[in-house]
Amino acid sequence: MSKITKQDVEYVAGLAQLRLDDAAKERLVREMGDILAYMDQLNELDTSNVEPMMHAMEMTNVFRQDVVEPSLPREEALMNAPVHDGEYFIVPRILEGDAS
Amino acid sequence: MTTPLYKKTAREIRDAVRSGAVTATAVTEAHLARIAEVDPKVDAFTQIWTDEALAQAAAVDAKVKQGVDPGPMAGVPVGVKELICTRTGKTTCASKILENFRSPYDATIIKKLDAAGAIFLGKVNMDEFAMGSSTERSTLKTTKNPWNLKCVPGGSSGGSAAAISADECAMAIGSDTGGSIRQPAALCGCVGIKPTYGRVSRYGLVAFASSLDQIGPLTKNVEDAALSLNTLCGRDPLDATSADLPVPDFTKALTGDVKGLRVGLPKEYFTEALNAEMREKVEAAVDVFRRGGAEIVPVSLPHTDYAIATYYIICTAEASANLARFDGVRYGYRHPGAKTVEEMYVLSKSEAFGPEVRRRIMLGTYVLSSGYYDAYYLKAQKVRRLIKKDFDDAFEQCDFVMGPTSPIPSFEFGAKTENPLEMYLADIYTISVNLATLPGISIPCGLTASGLPAGLQMIGRPFGEETLLRAAHCYEQTSGITLGEPPIA
Repeated sequence: MSKITKQDVEYVAGLAQLRLDDAAKERLVREMGDILAYMDQLNELDTSNVEPMMHAMEMTNVFRQDVVEPSLPREEALMNAPVHDGEYFIVPRILEGDAS
Repeated sequence: MTTPLYKKTAREIRDAVRSGAVTATAVTEAHLARIAEVDPKVDAFTQIWTDEALAQAAAVDAKVKQGVDPGPMAGVPVGVKELICTRTGKTTCASKILENFRSPYDATIIKKLDAAGAIFLGKVNMDEFAMGSSTERSTLKTTKNPWNLKCVPGGSSGGSAAAISADECAMAIGSDTGGSIRQPAALCGCVGIKPTYGRVSRYGLVAFASSLDQIGPLTKNVEDAALSLNTLCGRDPLDATSADLPVPDFTKALTGDVKGLRVGLPKEYFTEALNAEMREKVEAAVDVFRRGGAEIVPVSLPHTDYAIATYYIICTAEASANLARFDGVRYGYRHPGAKTVEEMYVLSKSEAFGPEVRRRIMLGTYVLSSGYYDAYYLKAQKVRRLIKKDFDDAFEQCDFVMGPTSPIPSFEFGAKTENPLEMYLADIYTISVNLATLPGISIPCGLTASGLPAGLQMIGRPFGEETLLRAAHCYEQTSGITLGEPPIA
């Protein structure tokens, strides 16, 4: 019995913005189930008094002077965009209604 | 000396170019010819920048001619992993989603290497987004292990390791999130060092797991690793997590002796999981240190068995957040059939991420999702602290920890792709080092009976790279172990 169901996989795929075919879902039920079951071994450890290690370097507030530095020229910022008009990134319509 | 130029070390090349004994152009041409000769078999290089490399070499040669300092890496030919942003060529991360991406800027380490006189020969292969331990997850090509072309080069920096081992470049840039420099270095028989988290700027490294990722060099020997770190390390205002610490001359640490050093051997690294031949090699290495006057100290890292579970929760969680940026808007693949914004996200990601990347995004999204965050992600962050504390405690008794880099030597293509968990388990000795943010080096410690390299790993205190380099260099000089030339067949 896998730790997770096909419905779980579908729910997570929705959160992750992935579309999976049935075969991929079946495979992920099995693989994620195995991996999550393996991860459950962490529950053997009592960590009630352990501070979580939230940062790799325990540093706070790296400041710099608030000065304007040269930034990427617009042309270069746009050069990898799948669709642009020379000024803006273009995406499919977001709001309903007639194009005008 | 009639050693071909492509066999020379970075330090030898640098010295010869600076003194005018050889031109950077001749060095570059020799390596390009070597690539043309062996890369059709090895398939380490994904892009070859012939014109740009020769132009860089000409600039170095002009400086030498004019008596201007050409830099500490003058003429050293370098291969760059596909996830380091370069204005030259493409930065694909070996993924369809970035197959046409041209970075508008250079990573900090690229700027530093360029200023130091290094020559970029091109880019080298990797697992897609550095997720893998065999480079089989690349969408670009299949890189082979020069020691046996039927076997994997390790990963994710498999192209970097194979290129060094096949003498296609004198230094290669890799990145290491859970062993991705050290494990391929071990499997291909070269030297690879993952510096302490924060030692090297990550600006321009495409992020996989930001609290674990670190850039480092793969080289032919330890001296070249030290030389490379001199250029790569240092505070960068563009990476707020880069450490504001002075960068020593790492080559000065290579004293040639290990007298008085305390070598910690963690009992958890010498269990049944360790292949018998690998154990034999590592034990022989321990004898080398003992004979050299080092003190061998048994230590314990009691949470070792929990490292893989901890790592795959943290790295997938961070990866799922980092990879959410590939939305098909500013760069990367956009599905041509997308009619709405949501379809643009969903169809683009679903089509352009490979199966391992999708699996990790799914796992990461799951462990961060409401109801599971505390049980998985927060729990893993707590165990991460316990793993770090294991090392802190061990370093009370020893100056560095030593053991194998990988429990097994290289394996044949396809042997581990069917079961992802089995592939993850092969990272057992390397991932704790990233979780604890420590420096680690892998150096060759012999060949197995079937002619495959074995790697010896040393793990140091935070910012203790000098001790690691000193120990590794002494081992290299006194062990009498040389792998010889890979057969490339």
